[in-house]
Amino acid sequence: MEFPADLKYSAEHEWARVQNGEATVGITDFAQDELGDVVYVELPAVGSEVAAEATFGVVESVKAVSDLYAPVSGTVVRINEALQEKPELVNTSPYGEGWMIVVRMSRPEELEQLLSVEEYREQIGAKEG
Amino acid sequence: MSSAETSPGGVAARGLTFNEPLIFEQGGEGRAAFVPPAADVPALDLAATYGGLLRSDGLPGFPQVSAIEVVRHFTRLSQWNFSVDSGFYPLGSCTMKLNPKINEAAAALPGFAGAHPLSRDEQAQGTLQLLSELADYLCAISGMAKVSLQPAAGAHGELVGMLMIRAALTRAGNPRRTVLLPASAHGTNSASSALCGYEVIELPCGPRGYLEAAEVARRMSEEVAALMITNPNTLGLFEAEIAAICDLVHERGGFVYCDGANLNALMGLVRPGDTGVDVLHFNLHKTFSTPHGGGGPGAGPVGVSARLADYLPTPLVERVGERYALRYDVPHSIGRVRAFFGNVGVLLRAYAYIRAMGGSGLAQASADAVLNANYVRARLRGAYALPYDRPCLHECVFTDARQAPHGVTTLDIAKRLMDYGYHPPTVYFPLIVKAALMIEPTETETVETLDGFIDAMLRIARECAEQPQLLHEAPHLTRLSRLDETAAARRPQIRWLPST
Repeated sequence: MEFPADLKYSAEHEWARVQNGEATVGITDFAQDELGDVVYVELPAVGSEVAAEATFGVVESVKAVSDLYAPVSGTVVRINEALQEKPELVNTSPYGEGWMIVVRMSRPEELEQLLSVEEYREQIGAKEG
Repeated sequence: MSSAETSPGGVAARGLTFNEPLIFEQGGEGRAAFVPPAADVPALDLAATYGGLLRSDGLPGFPQVSAIEVVRHFTRLSQWNFSVDSGFYPLGSCTMKLNPKINEAAAALPGFAGAHPLSRDEQAQGTLQLLSELADYLCAISGMAKVSLQPAAGAHGELVGMLMIRAALTRAGNPRRTVLLPASAHGTNSASSALCGYEVIELPCGPRGYLEAAEVARRMSEEVAALMITNPNTLGLFEAEIAAICDLVHERGGFVYCDGANLNALMGLVRPGDTGVDVLHFNLHKTFSTPHGGGGPGAGPVGVSARLADYLPTPLVERVGERYALRYDVPHSIGRVRAFFGNVGVLLRAYAYIRAMGGSGLAQASADAVLNANYVRARLRGAYALPYDRPCLHECVFTDARQAPHGVTTLDIAKRLMDYGYHPPTVYFPLIVKAALMIEPTETETVETLDGFIDAMLRIARECAEQPQLLHEAPHLTRLSRLDETAAARRPQIRWLPST
């Protein structure tokens, strides 16, 4: 299972890639593996506000429907329209083509609350055990 | 793969069934099941009467079929089906018990079946009497003060209960903002809360599998409108601290909603009203043996404590002297929630069940349901992982943890059970248990049936180690083998179009 070192992680299994005050958000390889085949992703509208630790959407797999939690607060500036037609991108490329939203951060200091790759690995290791 | 491998025994066998096209693809132009005699009244000029409302293009694709084509079509489809009348159906949380056929006879009595819903009270005294008595029986069984029979199903009952709570709090000055939900609750609880405008706060279960009062004390506040709790919960465990939890919620002015979907473990033994809850819904189509599984109709009557009695939907059916009448003067009623009086045909079947069982019979049914679930639990715990290994109530929850090292999942085990002739248990629910297998045998099964099912589960556990591929490809004996559930969900084709 792959966990890129340059990402920040949430305890709820989202990742954030930060660039120029914007955070690209998706779910981790561990999360997509736990969910199984993703069949539907519901994302917020561009321009809407999201708050850290609050839900911003829903991911539905053959097994379960799960909330998506925003790792940071801010305004949604882009959403991954491709997931509408091809939700399987979340499974095949969780850190790439399976990204979900881009947030212009209103409180970048929240990034410090997120987990490093080592901390996230430790968390799911504990959960798997 | 040899036929011995794919036909493992159990109660299932290979057999002849029929391919059957859609009804739209059958028949021929002008074919009909019945040709009515010529009209003996003047024909209506449809175009003159309805003008532009009249369809001129016909109904393309509307089936034109003979009587035998219709009969065979639906009989053949029914032969593809699996039902509680054809086999053991241990679908956790669904209480797939026997639907006594006498209930059907009772509900089909012409006086009930032919009653018009717009009849005046004095023309429908029999039906009203039964509805009134059913509400009284449900009060006696649950310990609630008053019951509305209107809600059409469990989740509808939840919505009605939450609407009453919201109405009562609004009238007291503040509808409040949030609802507390234990992680072991039914999934519909959060939807019902959200529909009533509440934000849901999830509470973790304690290590023994039930919600602890200390957790409620920590999260309860004047912002919390209600706590919704399922008892017994989705782990099949009794919420042991329910009374203390109700006290904590009440002290801060909140209400406790009890999801009664799992009442089959309690009827005649525990009255939820005595534990302090304010609202309880009943799933008559589970606990009280009316048919379900085909999408309805169900019935989800809702009972309330005295605190909420003035908010019940109208009309209520009540005895007035020697007569029965519909009552509309409930002071703060949330209004009507369903046409007429709910699904009366289902209510009549539940009435027949309660009368046939009697109080001691209902208590015995609950005790037997608990005994059967514990029998399954005790005989399978050596082969399957049991995350909460303690006596359960009406259902028990296993996981695939011991089979996973062989690459076999809960889904594989469920599919393989079909080859043995058993409906799979509920899988991957409750969500708090990873890869759950949730088994609810109900009280109506014999020990021979339970043993047959358990033996199949034990053989499957051995197959996991010896022939995992057999499980990955299961089921083998069904009309169709493993379906591509992912493709079905991602690219559903749900509309038939005539071929040109």
